[in-house]
Amino acid sequence: MHFEFQIEGGNFSKAGAASSQLKKILKQLNVDVRVIKRVVVALYEAEVNIVAHAWEGIIYIDIDTEKIEMKLVDKGPGIADIELAMQQGYSTASQEVREMGFGAGMGLPNIKNNSDLLKITSEVGTGTTVAMTVYLNS
Amino acid sequence: MPDQQLIENLIPEELCPDSVIKQLTRESALNNRRMKLREVVELLNAKVVSGEDQLNAEVEFAFASDLMSDVLTLETDNLLLLTGLANLQTIRTAEMSDINKIIFVRRKKATDEMIKLAADNDMILIECDYSMFKTSGMLFGSGLKPVY
Repeated sequence: MHFEFQIEGGNFSKAGAASSQLKKILKQLNVDVRVIKRVVVALYEAEVNIVAHAWEGIIYIDIDTEKIEMKLVDKGPGIADIELAMQQGYSTASQEVREMGFGAGMGLPNIKNNSDLLKITSEVGTGTTVAMTVYLNS
Repeated sequence: MPDQQLIENLIPEELCPDSVIKQLTRESALNNRRMKLREVVELLNAKVVSGEDQLNAEVEFAFASDLMSDVLTLETDNLLLLTGLANLQTIRTAEMSDINKIIFVRRKKATDEMIKLAADNDMILIECDYSMFKTSGMLFGSGLKPVY
């Protein structure tokens, strides 16, 4: 099964809409509730990252009998030092993002904790791609 | 209240003023595990703005935070969230975390958009005028447990 969602940078009123839709789909597919939570928490943090930092993005979701693969491709400023960005507490988020309850440098660590595979690639000035996999029997 | 009756049976009434009974009942409540949301609302002198049909639901654990990324790390079920952050992301975070009970502290108000999204997800939203510290203290004192 394949799904795609468009994400608008800066639009906080819609942030989480894609994760919410995926949650409903996974519930309909009778996926284990613990797996659903891991998937949607990871996706929601990644979705908020696009809204918070990028100009626009697309989320690609592929679901098969073994795993859920999520790829988030954004056009944006990119991440200069991915290792630094992965550190808990490090953040470049704006005041606006902090007022939304994020921007404490926990998003990427949360994504890592809730996914079985995580790969981040980025080009400064162009954008970032975050690929996450959660196994259904993890 | 059964607890109070039990205490009264054990201790002769003349030796047991109301204040002692209250104290003992309170201690028993500390070992107690759950509160009905109706009791929570009464205790905090709070207002339900969405999901009034859930007032008889019970809660065992509470977590207080304005940082949604912290909320997203929790794995506890049946959790009451206390927060001073009142925007759509609070409701979205609760949705992702399977939390359906939220108290807004510090006189923060839920917007119509938040109430609609909460209703779509069968959540109860409660508004409370007390500070985060006071709200947490009162609920902890009434027997709700911390997540960690």
